[in-house]
This record gives sequence, structure tokens and C-alpha cells, in this order.
Amino acid sequence: MRTIPELLTDSPFFHGLDKAVIDLVAGCATTARFDAGDMLFRAGQSADTFFVIRHGRVAVELRNPSRGTITLDTVHDGEVAGWSWLIPPYLWMFDARAIEPTSAVAFDGACLRGKCDRDPALGYALMRQVSQVMYERLQAARVQMLDLYGAPT
Amino acid sequence: MTATRTAPPPADPMLPRPFRVTRSHLDTDDTVTLSLEPLDGEPLDFAAGQFTMLHAFGIGEVPISISGDPTWPGPLTHTIRDVGSVTHALVTAQVGEVVGVRGPYGTGWATDAAAGGDVLLAAGGIGLAPLRPALWEIADRREDFGRVVLLYGARSPADVLFAHDLGRWADEHAIDVEITVDYAPPTWRGRVGPVTKLISRAGFDPPNTTALICGPEVMMTLTANALRGRGVPTDRLRLSMERNMKCGVGLCGHCQLREFFLCVDGPVLSYDRLAPLMDVWEF
Repeated sequence: MRTIPELLTDSPFFHGLDKAVIDLVAGCATTARFDAGDMLFRAGQSADTFFVIRHGRVAVELRNPSRGTITLDTVHDGEVAGWSWLIPPYLWMFDARAIEPTSAVAFDGACLRGKCDRDPALGYALMRQVSQVMYERLQAARVQMLDLYGAPT
Repeated sequence: MTATRTAPPPADPMLPRPFRVTRSHLDTDDTVTLSLEPLDGEPLDFAAGQFTMLHAFGIGEVPISISGDPTWPGPLTHTIRDVGSVTHALVTAQVGEVVGVRGPYGTGWATDAAAGGDVLLAAGGIGLAPLRPALWEIADRREDFGRVVLLYGARSPADVLFAHDLGRWADEHAIDVEITVDYAPPTWRGRVGPVTKLISRAGFDPPNTTALICGPEVMMTLTANALRGRGVPTDRLRLSMERNMKCGVGLCGHCQLREFFLCVDGPVLSYDRLAPLMDVWEF
């Protein structure tokens, strides 16, 4: 059976991080499984966990009373779901729902924040990785917002 | 004095040939694929990536890429989105109606030049239609190419074009087909996000890859830059630039983009030539 540090090295999110860093963050992690339809987190709830998806597929959703539920993004093998654990007030902005059976590594956000506070080098290394994910998601959201394939105006 | 009939003039590039609509297939709620047969029986040969000027009599004409299979001697095929008066007339044309066709015009995808290496095709929205002939060409001689990947971004699941073809390319021709949409209802089981998000997971050897890209210019620029970042040479990034084509034969200048008349020098051009021009406004 593979250890959590070994599982984490499969994810591009952890590529480039020292083994010592991975071992340190793995201390805040556990494995998790979700059936299709299970919620990983819900908007408005406390963001105390984040997930690295090992296998499966997760939809990041927005509930809109006038348009129903809209899927804004999907998260796949090796990718990260959620960064609200890092930023006050630590509340989820969106829902995340497994759309197929999904296995993940789940991190305790408070545990990670504590380690980052005590070890700025770790905090910086982790923040760089999270910033990359946030940057890519921001770029994607901007492009989606353009509605490039909508009717020309 | 006896009137004599002179021989018909040489083919006038501005004179549309009459074609009859033989089939109209509703692809999405605003997009239709028309099959056209020439009234004179003379088939229209074309290269994958070329376009024609389609003429709705009494209304006007528009440039539309050919979306049919160039390896198959069938009707002339165009996939048209209803976005204006001319395209509306074409999209609503009934079987039996006659439309005009000028062309084919412009440069093609030149899939021959990609043989021996990997091919990545990136399509956005209706941009899959001009790439469809290239996909059929590649499928027809699949063994001449390495890995072939189609990355396709659509607005929503309901806007995905050619679903039947996508399945055939994947199942019968070993083409990796990845689809993503910008927005989806909860019932969608596929990917959501921009087409560039698919690139990092696509299997191809960048220095040995030719990329064929078609979609809105913003999508093409982002895709070309992402592929360049992965190491695909810029002269192997080929984009279809479909600006304001009017005459189709390089006379009127409406589609001029600096030194290029896109109707004759394009629509397909390599990114090393296009990159400095991508921010030039269309007029």
C-alpha cells in the first residue's frame, strides 16, 4: 500500500517540492473516497479541508436560483479542489460534487496553516504552488467570462 | 444581321454557381449543416481548410468554410451558424432550394506537411467545422501520423457539434478526442473549462507536433501561446484567420491584414507570420 507522501508525488501540484516539504504536509493529510453525487464541500460552510484528486472527477458548482445549478469547472486526476482554506474567512465559495467515484487526499486546512505559520519556508513553498493553481483558475475564469463561443455582437 | 451567340466567358470568379440543397441537418439550435449538389453536375474539388462564398439569392453572400470530407466524393458540405441575415437565409434554406457558390478559395490546412509527426487540432465553437475536413483527411491515412489529438471547446454541452463524428474519430481512427465546455448543467459528465486547460494533459511530442487551430481569435491566440510554451515550433502552429472576406479573390481588400489578403494568403497561416498581427483590428 502506498503512503500518502508517495500518493502526493503523483500530483503535478507537488512537483518541484522537496521531499521534506511533502513529508511535512503529508502529516496533515488523510485519504478520502466519494461516490458519485457525494459533496466534497458546500458553499458557505467552513473551509477546513482541501483535496488533491487522485482518481475521479469533481464538479465545482454554483447554485443560482434563477438558472439552477451551473458547473463552472471540473477537477480531475492530480488536480486540486479548493483554496478557501487558505484565505480568511475560510468559507467555501462554491459547491464541489463528485460526478464519478473519486479518491482523494484530504488535507486539514487548520493543520496546514499552523505548519505554514511556524515554518515560513514551508509556507512560501506551499503558497507558490497554490498561487499557480489560483492563477490558472483565474485565467480560465476570465476566458470563460468572455463567452467566446456565444453569438457575435 | 444575324445575331450570333458567343461562347460563354471564362469562369467569372464573381459569378456564383447554382447548387441545390439536398440535405439540411440541424446540428444545434442555431447551426445547420447543408449538403449541396451542383446543378451542372460538376463537383467542386477543395482542400481541407478552404472556404467558399455562399450566396443566398436576393440577400447576399458570406464566406463559409467547407466542412465535408475531402476524401469522399459526396455533396459539398457547409456548416453554418445563424448569426445574420445571410446566414439565417442559408440556415433556413429548404431541401430543393438553390443557393450560389463561389470558390473554393484560400489556403488549406496542408495536412501532408504534418505527416510523420504528431498532430494536435484545437477547435473552439463553430471552429470545429473548418477542421472537420482535416480530421477526415488524417483519419483516411491515419498510419502516416503519430499521435493525433483533438481538443475541442464548446459553449455548453448542447453546442457540441458533430457528436457522431467525434465518436468515430476516437473509436475507429485512434484520435484522442477531449471535449470541454464553458458552462454545463449538473448532468454533464465531461470537462468544464477553457480549451487551453486540456493542453497540459494531452499526449503529444511538442517539437514534433503540428497544431491546427481554429476558433475565435482570442481562443486561437491563447492556444497558440500555450502550445508555444510547451515547445511546439511557431511555424508548425497553423491558424485559420477568418476576417471580413468579401470578394474571395484578393481584389477588394476587405480582409487585408497588413501584408496579407486573408482570402488568398489565408485563411490558414502559420503563427510565426501571424503573431505580430493578432492585435490588428478588423475593419
